[in-house]
Formats: sequence, C-alpha cells, structure tokens
Amino acid sequence: MTKREVTFMTAITEAMAQAMRKDETVILIGTDVAGGAEVDHLVKDDGRYDDAFGGVFGLSKGLVTEFGRGRVIDTPIAEHGYFGAAVGAAATGLRPISELMFNDFIGFALDPILNQGAKMRYMFGGKAKIPLTVRTVHGAGAGAAAQHSQTLYGWFGSIPGVKVVVPSNPYDAKGLMLAAIEDDNLVVFSEDKMLYGMKGDVPEEYYTIEIGKANVVREGTDLTIVAIGKMVQVAQQTAETLQKDDISVEVIDLRTVAPWDQETVLNSVKKTGRLIVIDESNPHNNTATDIASVVADKAFDYLDGPIKTVCAPNTPVPFAHNLEQAYIPDVKKVLTVAEELIIDLQKKAVRV
Amino acid sequence: MEKKEVLWIYQKMNEIRFFEEEVHRTFGKGLIPGFVHLYAGEEAVATGVMALLDDDDYITSTHRGHGHAIAKGCDIRGMMAEIMGKKDGLGGGKGGSMHVADVEKGMLGANGIVGGGFGLAAGAALSIKTLGRDNVAVCFFGDGASNEGTFHEGLNLASILNLPVIFVCENNQFGEGTPFRYASASETVAERASAYNMPGVRVDGMDVEAVYNATKEAIVRAKAGQGPTLIECDTYRMFGHFEGDEQKYKTDQDPNRDRDPIVELREKAIQKGWMTETEANDIETAAKATIKDAVEFAEASPLPDLSSLYTDIFA
Repeated sequence: MTKREVTFMTAITEAMAQAMRKDETVILIGTDVAGGAEVDHLVKDDGRYDDAFGGVFGLSKGLVTEFGRGRVIDTPIAEHGYFGAAVGAAATGLRPISELMFNDFIGFALDPILNQGAKMRYMFGGKAKIPLTVRTVHGAGAGAAAQHSQTLYGWFGSIPGVKVVVPSNPYDAKGLMLAAIEDDNLVVFSEDKMLYGMKGDVPEEYYTIEIGKANVVREGTDLTIVAIGKMVQVAQQTAETLQKDDISVEVIDLRTVAPWDQETVLNSVKKTGRLIVIDESNPHNNTATDIASVVADKAFDYLDGPIKTVCAPNTPVPFAHNLEQAYIPDVKKVLTVAEELIIDLQKKAVRV
Repeated sequence: MEKKEVLWIYQKMNEIRFFEEEVHRTFGKGLIPGFVHLYAGEEAVATGVMALLDDDDYITSTHRGHGHAIAKGCDIRGMMAEIMGKKDGLGGGKGGSMHVADVEKGMLGANGIVGGGFGLAAGAALSIKTLGRDNVAVCFFGDGASNEGTFHEGLNLASILNLPVIFVCENNQFGEGTPFRYASASETVAERASAYNMPGVRVDGMDVEAVYNATKEAIVRAKAGQGPTLIECDTYRMFGHFEGDEQKYKTDQDPNRDRDPIVELREKAIQKGWMTETEANDIETAAKATIKDAVEFAEASPLPDLSSLYTDIFA
C-alpha cells in the first residue's frame, strides 16, 4: 500500500468518493452536502456542478462535481424528513450516506433512526436490510457551545439495531468509513470535529477496518485505559507520562462504540487488573459506564482496584474557552483519577 | 374501472372487512396481545389505490395497516399469525399488528409512529428515481398524521426533488379521539398541497371509483416525472381508534357514518354491469373462507422459538 500523510478530513472525503466510485447505489444526502443547488453560476462550462460548501466542514467537497446532483443530494433543513427518506431509500435498494451536520440536531432526526431504521429488520422477521451510514459530528473544543458540541454517540449506541463507530485518527477514519458504507446495517459514523485537521498515514487504496473490533494501540501490563475518538490521544499521553514512573499502560482505542469489543477489553483487564475508561460524553448512562458495568460483572475477580471513568461533567457544554477546556477530559484529569489506582499499584509493589 | 379490476377490488374489500371483523372477535376473546387498530370502513381507499399498483411499487402504511397489507398482496395467513404473535407470522411474531410488512411485496410496513411514513415513502421514491425504475411509492397516512411536522418535511422534500410519490390521506374524521375539524387549522388536508406546489384533491373515500380515478391520474403524473400528488380521501372508521375504545367522541352527525363502501360498490357494480349478483355472492363466500382458513392457520401456528428473541437485529 502507498503511504501518504493526509488529514482526518481528507481521509473521510476519500473514503466516500471511493465508495461512490465502487458502488453506484451509494448516495450522499443531507443539508448542504454540496450546497448551491440550482444556482446557475455554480454550473461549470462542461455541465458539471460546483459546490458552495461540500458539507459545512467541507468533507464532501468535490463529490458533487464527480458524481452529480443525482447522487449528492442537497436537502432542505429538515432532518426528520430527509433521514426518513434515507431509511426508506436504504430499505429499497440504495446505500445512502446521510449527514447529520451536528449530532446535537438528533432531536429533529431521531424517529427515522430510533423507530424505523433500527427496528425494521427485527419487526419484519429479518426480511429487510437497512444499509445506511449516518455521518455525524460530535465533541467540544471549538467554542461552539451547548447545542453544537455534545458527545452523543452513546445515545445511538444504546439502540438495538444500530452500530456506532468513532474513529480516532485518519487511517481509522478511512477504513471505518468504508466498512460502514459496506455494512448492510444502520451504522452511525461519529466524527470529532477537533480531529479534522489531524494528519496521519493513509493508504490511497480502498481498505476497510472491521467494525466491532477494538485496537490495542499500546501494550502494557499495569493499567488498561480504554478511550474513544479524540480521547485516545489523551490516553496515549497519559501512558507516556506514567511510563516515566515505570508504570506500564495498555491503551485500547475502542473504535466501535456499539457493539463494543468486550473480548479485547476483558482480556486486557484480566492482564492488568486495572481499568480507566475515557469518554467525552456526560458522565451517566454513557459508553464508559456501560464498559465499567460489563467489566465489573465479567472480570471482577481480576480487578485490583475500582474501575474509573473519566468523562465530561454533568453539565451542558459551556461557551467560554476556559470553561470549555475545563469540561473536556484531559491528561491531568486522567492522571488524577489514576492516582488511586497507582498508589494501589505502588503498595502492591512494596508488598512484593 | 374494468370488470376484472372491480372483481379484484370487491374481493379485497371483503377480505379486509371479514379479516377485521375476525380480529375484532379474536381480540375480544383475549387471543391477541397489545394494541390493534381496525381498518373496517376505509376499504375503498386501500383497494382503490392498490388496484393500480404491482409488487414493484412501494407503500408505507400506518398503525391502521391491515387493509393496506391485504390489498398490497401480503399473505393473509401470515398476517393473521403475525397479529396473534405466532411463529408463522410475516415477521415471525416479532412485529405484530402495528408492524405487518412484506418488503418483497412492496409493503414497507404498518407503522406504530403516527407520521412515520412520509420520509420512508419519499425515500422509496428516491430509490425508484435514482435507479431509473418505472414505479411509484404511495404514503398512506391519517388526518392525525397530517398535523405532524413530518407531513410538511416529507411533502416539501418530495416536491423539491420531484419524486414519484403519492400521499394518500385517509381522513376518517378523528385523530385518535380528537376531531379533524378541531385539530386542523385548514378545512381540508388537500388544500395544503398548494403550499408544496403539488396538486391536492379531495375525493369521496367511500367511493372506490373516486379513489381509483384520482390515483390513476397521480400515477401518470409521477411516472411522467411531474412529481408528487396529495389525495385526501374522506372516509370513516367503523370501529374505534383502538380495540377497546368506547368511541365517546363519535356523533350521529359524523360524515360518512351511515355509509358502507362495500355495500355501495356492490350496488354500483351490479347496476353498471361490472359484476353480477352471483359473482358478488361467490366473492363474499370465498373471502369468508379465506379468512376462516387464515384464522385456523394462525391458531395452529406455534409460538415463536425463544431463540428468535435474539435474531434479526443485524443483517
């Protein structure tokens, strides 16, 4: 495979373009996924279309030029309507990618996901498939305040019939996006907007990353840190800091939030005996608490200390920069939380 | 309408009526779990539309979906078994009355969510358009759903994308127990079509020929790339909103209360020479037998295997 460095954003754009080239039933539908529909001066001399936005973050830039307005479909700002259409299209022969501009807008788009797309196969006794990818954006850090910064992938993940992937780097973003589009189920692909500029090695070729499988990004023996999306960087930095004190941390990038990879997490905890989960969601009923509950149930005898979760506080996302930074889990918070486990570890070392 | 179509319509109307009367009885005996909403009284709408569709056309239905399913060609035995929560039901007993479906027949499901079908139908029409098929999608919805936000979103989207979809409103005068004349600021649903730049027609929903003619015109438009149509069918439900509803909101003055679309078609068809008295009698007898057979089939069907609780979540 050819190696190149591209951004997280470019990796996703490339994945969508490659999927659309490979399979003509793949369409992109959402608000301003191209932008500028029926604006005369955005039609090029050769009859192809230019876009006004290519998505508000520019992730679908250029797709309308290559694939036309029949496959890159601008919708009115009507999330309930076009998500319903995306589910209906998925049930009848298309393989749509439908964009929810910010995950915070889910209030207007929830029924087609919660009650239609996620349940049709089950209610119909297995006689329907819904190959729909829901692309959406989460995360604090951009100063976008309470209605454009939440981390809600856990909500989607609590719905039976929905898969949820959260990439942490450009390589994973491309491979997971292609896997999501290939998947015959409703897959929510949730992107942290703060990662869009992140650069990394991404092969030009088409490749997929298995949905449902976590990635052990750093092996260790004393402590397991499970992290999601942007928080993987926090976990890695924490691991490097603790390494200076000879504490060996295993870092697991969860990659898929639902269904999450119990085997990899449990095996790691059985080895290290200690677990911290970092999740930027609000602190209750989220992915971190779910992992903590399953590990407490299935690996209790292997634990040498309490399971710790490091999450956002139980508040809306604040606007002011200092408040927003205080909201987001960071290395300092993880180290503070790790202290109890580390003290415990040091005691154990003394005993030995 | 041609003779052949009239005979088919009369058969389906009778199957729906006998089916619903049987479900009413069976529910009363406690053999049906959950919530059931009967279609009896509205047969002219489902059959008048479906007489013009084939398996490759799609429909989205409502919580009151048995009539749509029967008219769209869903297996009646499988439907009855589904409603009783049996293994041989169309959904393996996992969907029930509000989720009767058969995607292969183009029936994208009854729907427990009022207004759930607008987007789905637009999406099915988007598939038809994108894949270049010569078909239509029909969205059945009630007067109650016409006040959901999705009515606006679905009709607007379908219109601007010029999709081959027909929105068929079954105005049975009540959204649950609230009269349409109270719940809607506009006097009719049909007049709202002008806001979406599509034709809106209000027809006598107790007259199958009126429904049939309006649908025929809408299909021609849709297939010619002229976009969606809104058809409002003025009708009435014979039973309550759900089984067990005391129907305190009904009055003797309700429009269509004293009408029966099946009786009306029988008289008209015989008078016009579309159907003989004997043919009508034979169809009624056969429809009764079809439903009796479906009940026997459903009652004999076992409960679903417990293991099926966990299947069909992901493809």
